[in-house]
Amino acid sequence: MNVLATIGRFTLGFFRETGRLSVFTGDSVSGVVRPPLYWYLIAQQMMRIGFYSLPVVGLTAFFTGGVLALQIYNGASRYGAESFVPVVVLVGITRELGPVIAGLMVAGRVAAAIAAEIGTMRVTEQIDALTTLSTNPIKYLVVPRLVAAVISMPILVAIADSIGVFGGYVASTQSLGFNGAVYMNNTMNGLTFDDVSSGLIKAAVFGFLIALMGCFNGFHSRGGAQGVGSATTNAVVSASILILAANYLLTNLLFTK
Amino acid sequence: MSAAGTPKVELRGVKKRFGDKVVLDGLDLRIEPGHSLVVIGGSGTGKSVMIKCVLGILTPDEGQIFVDGQEVTNLRGRAREEVLRKFAMLFQGAALFDSLPVWENVAFGLIQGRGIARNKARDIAIEKLAKVGLGADVALLSPAELSGGMQKRVGLARAIAADPEIIFFDEPTTGLDPIMADVINDLIISTVKDLGVTTLSITHDMVSARKISDHIAMLYKGKIVWGGPTSEIDRTDNPFVDQFIHGRADGPIKMEVRA
Ligand SMILES: Nc1ncnc2c1ncn2[C@@H]1O[C@H](COP(=O)(O)OP(=O)(O)O)[C@@H](O)[C@H]1O
Ligand SMILES: [Mg+2]
Repeated sequence: MNVLATIGRFTLGFFRETGRLSVFTGDSVSGVVRPPLYWYLIAQQMMRIGFYSLPVVGLTAFFTGGVLALQIYNGASRYGAESFVPVVVLVGITRELGPVIAGLMVAGRVAAAIAAEIGTMRVTEQIDALTTLSTNPIKYLVVPRLVAAVISMPILVAIADSIGVFGGYVASTQSLGFNGAVYMNNTMNGLTFDDVSSGLIKAAVFGFLIALMGCFNGFHSRGGAQGVGSATTNAVVSASILILAANYLLTNLLFTK
Repeated sequence: MSAAGTPKVELRGVKKRFGDKVVLDGLDLRIEPGHSLVVIGGSGTGKSVMIKCVLGILTPDEGQIFVDGQEVTNLRGRAREEVLRKFAMLFQGAALFDSLPVWENVAFGLIQGRGIARNKARDIAIEKLAKVGLGADVALLSPAELSGGMQKRVGLARAIAADPEIIFFDEPTTGLDPIMADVINDLIISTVKDLGVTTLSITHDMVSARKISDHIAMLYKGKIVWGGPTSEIDRTDNPFVDQFIHGRADGPIKMEVRA
């Protein structure tokens, strides 16, 4: 009896939450096309989401590229295939690790910050105050963050890709005895439009998910400081899981032809 | 402006529940043009919920809400924004935007809501700040640098900035020391007189309620249990009012431990 009630409550809660998220997503996306669009807020958010994420994303990309080179060399050398290291690093970074690592790092940084900021605005009635001042909170708070994230993430990932490849280059030339010019040459020859563009498409989708989860959880937080705290945690966790799930789906979509 | 006999704001049989918790249970209330009505009631009785239903921040489950005789219960989008231009609200915690300096808070409704140029809005903001006793030096501070009383003043300046017809005050004196509370009361009275607006305030502070109102209504268990001119509140034999204004633990009002 009790078990059934618990399952029932869980199911109802799940559908209520899914319904709320759908409505919220619909309102937010339609807010992008209905004026006003706050350009200066978009620019401000691009600074906060994109520019200030550069150091952490750059560092992680550098080390990931380096580690990738070391590991692939280790595996490839068993078959005498060391010369494939540059291109495998390139493909690994541009298709997968660049977008995913940048996505997860930005999820930790930005989804949390957005949820905390909007959540605080919710519990201190600032969002209600926006409404009373004839300003639609979705358009004023959510839309600029969504647009900024969708624009910033591909740029961020393009930079992360370059730094990641450079990390592989540094590891290969410093620790593995590769010739720098040859490594670069191999990388350039292996470069394809599809590898890079698929990663950038992923990045845009991840940016959308990060901003959406931050805004959604912040918007629906309540119960004071504790509520904002759990909204922040939920935002990071849900954004990270959605990024990994979306990555799988997108990989399926983009590469299995 | 409104036809004789049309209340400025009217709530008819408004019901609102959260889950299985009934907060408003068929609430009827009329606010006549130019009146200053205070709704009193204990904490957690749904006073804020009532105001948010009128503003459309919350949607009632049942019942109707009228503003100047026009039904506004389920308005959304542009139509709602149109109606909201008549309203302003001073929130319980002032609800200032902490990402913006004081003057932009005051000017927010002018710039965002009405599309007034920033320079002009800034002048108006400084003028409104002066009305609530704050100098132009405060204009560039961030809200976090202000005391609670000053935040309330800025909130009041923001509320009157766009010359509203109706102002809601949510617990304007809660959390302030008695002297600052009195300052805020006086400011409310003077600004209201200046603008000739209709006001609805909610509070559990009886000193403030007596001072800023000409009419009082009492909310209990989701309904208005008494209403009348402020002068009559001490003469009524309504047991709810009697218990509330004398702050007695014994009486018909039962404190719900779970708010
Ligand atoms: N958005 C909401 N979701 C769920 N419960 C709410 C919400 N807003 C208010 N409540 C509940 O409604 C009741 C009345 O709240 P409120 O109107 O804020 O009381 P007060 O009279 O002190 O202003 C409280 O028990 C509160 O927990
Ligand atoms: Mg309240």
